[in-house]
Amino acid sequence: MSTADPAVAPATPRTSVLGVAKRRRGEDAIRVGLFLAALMSILTTLGIIFSLLSETVAFFGEVGIFDFLTGTEWSPLFSDPSFGVLPLITGTLLVTGLALIVAIPLGLGTAIYLAEYAKPTVRKVVKPFIELLAGVPTIVFGYFALTFFTPVILNDLLGMDVPTFNALSAGIIMGFMVLPTVASISEDAMSAVPRALREGAFALGANKLQVSLFVVFPAALSGIVAAIVLGVSRAIGETMIVLVAAGQQPNFTADPRQSVETITTFIAATAKGDIATGSTAYKTIFAVGMVLFLMTLLMNLIAIRFVRRYRQVYE
Amino acid sequence: MSAAPISLRPKSGSARVKDIGFRIAMGLCLFFSALVLIALVVDVLLDALPVLNSKLLTNFPSSNAEIAGLQPAITGTLWIIGVCAVFIVPIGVATAIYLEEYADNTKWWNRLIEVNIQNLAAVPSIVYGILGLAFLVRGPLSLGRVVLAGGLTLGLLVLPVVIISGREAIRAVPPSIREGSMALGATQWQTIYKQVLPASIPGVATGVILALSRAIGETAPLIVVGAATFITFNPGGLTGDSANFSALPIQIFSWISQPQDDFRQLAAAGIVLLLGLLICMNGLAIYLRNRYENKW
Repeated sequence: MSTADPAVAPATPRTSVLGVAKRRRGEDAIRVGLFLAALMSILTTLGIIFSLLSETVAFFGEVGIFDFLTGTEWSPLFSDPSFGVLPLITGTLLVTGLALIVAIPLGLGTAIYLAEYAKPTVRKVVKPFIELLAGVPTIVFGYFALTFFTPVILNDLLGMDVPTFNALSAGIIMGFMVLPTVASISEDAMSAVPRALREGAFALGANKLQVSLFVVFPAALSGIVAAIVLGVSRAIGETMIVLVAAGQQPNFTADPRQSVETITTFIAATAKGDIATGSTAYKTIFAVGMVLFLMTLLMNLIAIRFVRRYRQVYE
Repeated sequence: MSAAPISLRPKSGSARVKDIGFRIAMGLCLFFSALVLIALVVDVLLDALPVLNSKLLTNFPSSNAEIAGLQPAITGTLWIIGVCAVFIVPIGVATAIYLEEYADNTKWWNRLIEVNIQNLAAVPSIVYGILGLAFLVRGPLSLGRVVLAGGLTLGLLVLPVVIISGREAIRAVPPSIREGSMALGATQWQTIYKQVLPASIPGVATGVILALSRAIGETAPLIVVGAATFITFNPGGLTGDSANFSALPIQIFSWISQPQDDFRQLAAAGIVLLLGLLICMNGLAIYLRNRYENKW
């Protein structure tokens, strides 16, 4: 939207019958002020990148980048430290994988039910309820995993005999934390599929199952992919559930019954103890923070791309 | 639909069974998700019931679970949220106005701001904690582990929420309102300030409340910027020696980390308080949206 009046502006603005438009400096100042506020978000990103990068570079002055990326032992705070980041990455991926095993089927099932089966009145009540689940602080999920899910469900009900701190419980409960993200965004994408596509399929004799799975699902696929990728990003970046329920053992393992340490839990646990600025431990926080930031940045950019694609097609 | 052409014959029995089975399976997904939420609330309530009393609100943390309370955590949370609100409302609304009313989308820098905000909304909260640690607590500003640092860190974290919902609220004001105002000779800013903003306030307020309710429950960034888990005084200012702070989720985390059941009960009671607060705020947001929503 432009302030210039199209009837006056084009050919000879200065000699218009409406007189000479007075330049409004106040308007320009406001515009600049608003732009500066918008720059705050750019500054935030630059601040994140700068703070991570400067300490990460310093970190790699002390620790070889090759040892960091390929080492399988993580004990940076020991007197004889070892800086192999792989256990943290496998720990993060293990918990994320478990979360997705829960969140993808349940989230997509919920989305299909709400978009294709539920009556509008049911949908109007249930959708905010699902979004409420997204607003539950993650520390609450952590409490639930530690004090209920591990002892009552896994050990007593399923007889699994897992230790108090394990990746399985944290991962499954994290799945329920991620579920609303997956369900809500993919439901939006499915609801954005035009009615005509469904009606066309019904006219050909397809039933609801066929319409849902073979018409709506593929048509909404880019939105669904975006939902899942955003879910992955949330799972990778989640701290409290894992910190509370998975213990903090940097095990290089794929066994979900063991205790694991993720990137986020290492950062939180290390920053909690008051470490000296400039010490190797301090730099380590930023180096693994960089790994985390890059992993989630990749996921976010993929998701933003896919969301834009489905918006362009149907909206 | 090229692979299997759909037959026009009456549906066979097995197709119908599959159809019904699918419907039930999808419904079960929803049911199961809801069940977990209910189990969570019931579990927390049952654990918390024995220790839910006013002592919890007025006492200070203690190594003795009998007399431990949440007072500095509650005041700490109020201080941080206050700072957070003062920070996010002007910046968030200004950014939303800029992006909706002024920004020319063909310019690369405006598109960059937009994608950047979408990305920031999904950056892990602990990364904001690192930012706060490097810039606010130490480094350039070196504020120390104080209320101002905690509040600003959470502010940066939830700013994208305010911006995104603010933009939606502003976009919902129909162009005819703006055109009418401009036709009467108002400038662009007069139009925005006198027409667009008042019409979008319910939506903006809803976004701010939701952002603050997210900030209240955030634990990880506060751990990194150094919220105290054991503190025996209420914060006395924004910066300085008396401005060290605790917060509700931090205190809950600290109690969960204790192995004794007594402290777990206290943690559950803290969670009940936290969830109660969040339900009130979400309720207020829904009320505002329904009460003041403009139908154009």
